[in-house]
Amino acid sequence: MELGLAHYLGLSGVIFAIGVIGVMIRRNAIVILMAVELMLNAANIALVAFSSFTQTIDGQVFVFFVITVAAAEAAVGLALIVVLFRNRKSVSVDDFNLMKW
Amino acid sequence: MELPIFYILAAIIIVSALFVVTLRNIFHSALMLILCFFGVAGLYVTLHADFLAAVQVLIYVGAVTILMIFAVMLTQQLTGRKIQQLNDQPLPAALIILSLLILLIVSITRTGFEIADNLEPMPTVGTIGKAFMTTYVLPFEIVSVVLLVALIGAIVIARRE
Repeated sequence: MELGLAHYLGLSGVIFAIGVIGVMIRRNAIVILMAVELMLNAANIALVAFSSFTQTIDGQVFVFFVITVAAAEAAVGLALIVVLFRNRKSVSVDDFNLMKW
Repeated sequence: MELPIFYILAAIIIVSALFVVTLRNIFHSALMLILCFFGVAGLYVTLHADFLAAVQVLIYVGAVTILMIFAVMLTQQLTGRKIQQLNDQPLPAALIILSLLILLIVSITRTGFEIADNLEPMPTVGTIGKAFMTTYVLPFEIVSVVLLVALIGAIVIARRE
């Protein structure tokens, strides 16, 4: 069996699912951010696979945009977590009910 | 030759990603995330995206995970205490993940993607640079402003009053 596009897309789907698991079952906000990074990486793998298997460069260009946005998201998200920790002495998302009730 | 390399990389990525999600110690999760990103960089090499593999190592391994580790160290006096890491909804989460995975696999296998006839390695660096400066010049500029604004915003948010 030859290495094809479906291999890469399947791997991408599995990593995305693992990232969704992380977001859904963990309480620690930092781990949730890590899981989001996993999901973004899964999308990147799919983009690069399509780029390579269709002989076009656009997929790789979009991966750069995704990486930039991921870096911005990580910076802002972690700053928010640090501030929340300073105010609430916790990084558990269950304690962040400021806007809920 | 390509297939075993792919499977080894895929195993590294999936196992380390599972560890990221399940390990109790958050610092160990961050270290596993580094391993996972290295695996993804290797995957980019197998796809002939050499420049992207270097950028993956530089930005994800070098910057994002270090940022994560900084955040872990700034927020953890929690290492000694036993705290519950998982919330109380693993069962619905498992159901949703399973259906999502089945949906993805079915749609991947049933869709006939168009694939180029002659799969050769493309020149990457020059082509990507040209694409950034011609076709994608507007998104490129916008995304650089977005990054600048996000970094300044992060500093403003995290600054002590």
